[in-house]
Amino acid sequence: MEAVVAIAIGVLFGSGVWLILRPRTFQITIGLMLMSYAVNLFIFVMGRVWIDKAPLTLKPGIPAIGDYADPLSQALVLTAIVIGFATTALYLVIMIGARGLTGTDHVDGKEPKA
Amino acid sequence: MSGTPWTQHLILVPVLLPLLTGAALILVNETRHGLKFGIDLGATLLLLATALTLFWRADQELWPGPMGVYLAANWMAPFGIALVADRLAALMLVLSAVLALAALIFAWQGWSRIGVHFHSLFLFLQMGINGAFLPHDLFNLFVFLEVMLAASYGLVLHGYNVTRMRASLQYIAINLVASLLFLIGIALIYASTGTLNMADLAPRVAALDPADHPLLQTGALILALAFLTKAAMWPLGFWLPSTYAAASPPVAAMLVLMTKVGIYAIIRVWPLAFGAGPLAGFALDALFWGGLATLLFGSIGMLASQEAGRMAGYGAIISSGMLLASIGASQTALIGIGLYYLIGSTLACAAFLLLAGLIERIRTPGAALIALTMEAFAIEEKPEEPVGVGIPAALAFLGLAFAGCALVITGLPPLAGFIAKFGILHTLLQESAGVPWPTWLFMSLILISGLAGSIALMRFGVRTFWTSGHLQPPKLQASEALPIAFLLGLCVTMTILASPLFAFLERASHDLTQPNTYVDRVLARPALPSPAGGPQ
Repeated sequence: MEAVVAIAIGVLFGSGVWLILRPRTFQITIGLMLMSYAVNLFIFVMGRVWIDKAPLTLKPGIPAIGDYADPLSQALVLTAIVIGFATTALYLVIMIGARGLTGTDHVDGKEPKA
Repeated sequence: MSGTPWTQHLILVPVLLPLLTGAALILVNETRHGLKFGIDLGATLLLLATALTLFWRADQELWPGPMGVYLAANWMAPFGIALVADRLAALMLVLSAVLALAALIFAWQGWSRIGVHFHSLFLFLQMGINGAFLPHDLFNLFVFLEVMLAASYGLVLHGYNVTRMRASLQYIAINLVASLLFLIGIALIYASTGTLNMADLAPRVAALDPADHPLLQTGALILALAFLTKAAMWPLGFWLPSTYAAASPPVAAMLVLMTKVGIYAIIRVWPLAFGAGPLAGFALDALFWGGLATLLFGSIGMLASQEAGRMAGYGAIISSGMLLASIGASQTALIGIGLYYLIGSTLACAAFLLLAGLIERIRTPGAALIALTMEAFAIEEKPEEPVGVGIPAALAFLGLAFAGCALVITGLPPLAGFIAKFGILHTLLQESAGVPWPTWLFMSLILISGLAGSIALMRFGVRTFWTSGHLQPPKLQASEALPIAFLLGLCVTMTILASPLFAFLERASHDLTQPNTYVDRVLARPALPSPAGGPQ
């Protein structure tokens, strides 16, 4: 299970890194999104990989630690998703603005000389 | 509310006040410049007053520790979010409020009117910066840094043209990646220690199983990468000069402070996590060498740049390099002097960036080009106009302010930059067992960066103020000249009051080397009892 999750995160992040090194703004946006997915998953599994456990337990008495998944990393990932979402949306707006102002989608604002 | 003195709530004001004011200002119509500016100015003045009060309270040791701890929503420290105001945090809050005041007044006549929501974004930026100075939790720090960055994205774009668009496209992409690295670092630290609370972190790192050390170290290094991207350490700082040069002057002045936030975060986190125990002094060498490389890069860039904005950017990089190397040299005495240097160079760089906006008015692009060609072909210019015409006051002011900024940035006597550099060199030479060669290298790089700065700034000054015979005296408004004079006046005050300021910084850096006090103080802060009759 851990290996599958780790490979999935690695592939996502690796694809993201490759994409943000590309010269077009659209590729960078997609790259950033892939990287942020990978990071969100990464934070999530840093609370360990749990299967079929509730984040909070409602049983009376002191709960055993093995009964519930780590709630903190879930809370963290929620915040990270919201922030990542907002900043990516902002980046999209600027990308469109840059396309309109410069007439090209190259990150330098001008086409490289062939 | 009973049981909490009102002063306790002051710690929250630097975050809450700009948030609420900024949100309220969104509702005010854009045509009412005066009202918007007035509210913003009022909020900034209040922030300055709050920061000064906190500063005074922290230094008078009115709080035990001496640090004020605010438990948000009354949750005890390892579980809830605590905000901590100690000497260093209060000092940074004052610096932030002072810079914001200067930038805001500078923006009054022109810059705040050309786009929408300047004042709201400006206040949100202050909220993020202030929040980043007060945190007590790594994730909280992340959130405040994101607030700061989000506001700065909007502000860098303020005044919307192709240059700004291009610069911010790169600036935003780099900072988004840095934020992702920050998150990875946080996740790894949480995975290895099980906490993100900075006070809780210190004892847990000390008690960590050696098998978990690599995980923690990896996390801390990735976290540091994110901080160092903000602090523009070589090779993470290539975004900085073009962003500074593209941003409008008041925004660029605030950006100078944002590079210091990265350094502040390192000063905060490192002594707590790696102050003592088996991992003491972890990665400080890397910081030292990175700082040296940054100094060298900044000096070369300074010599190569022609515009004032880029020069100020490289000036900020040089000051980052100096600070990082000082932290990396891991002498407690250096931290205090480094902080003095931080304040002086921040004020001077900000003043220089504001000034750059005014100098642009007398340096039309054509004039700059001619000056360049002249240098390339070494043409001697014979001034045709008679010498000895009375200097207009505006031009005299620009020249004097430029000289002042240059003196502080390059560290020439008699202003604050010189005292700071002299202090650093003096402390480095105090080594009892002989000065090792990396220290010699550091000292020579400090001197070389000063030399490079003076060459570049002098060249710029001569070309701007002396060589062109047909200078149009620029129209200066008092609201544009005053903030620059104010910032430079502060540099002069720093020089005059160097002794009490040094004593204060000594105390502040002493607090930093006492992580145990910090830990005890934060974790022992009791939650308030629930109100009588309420649910227990």
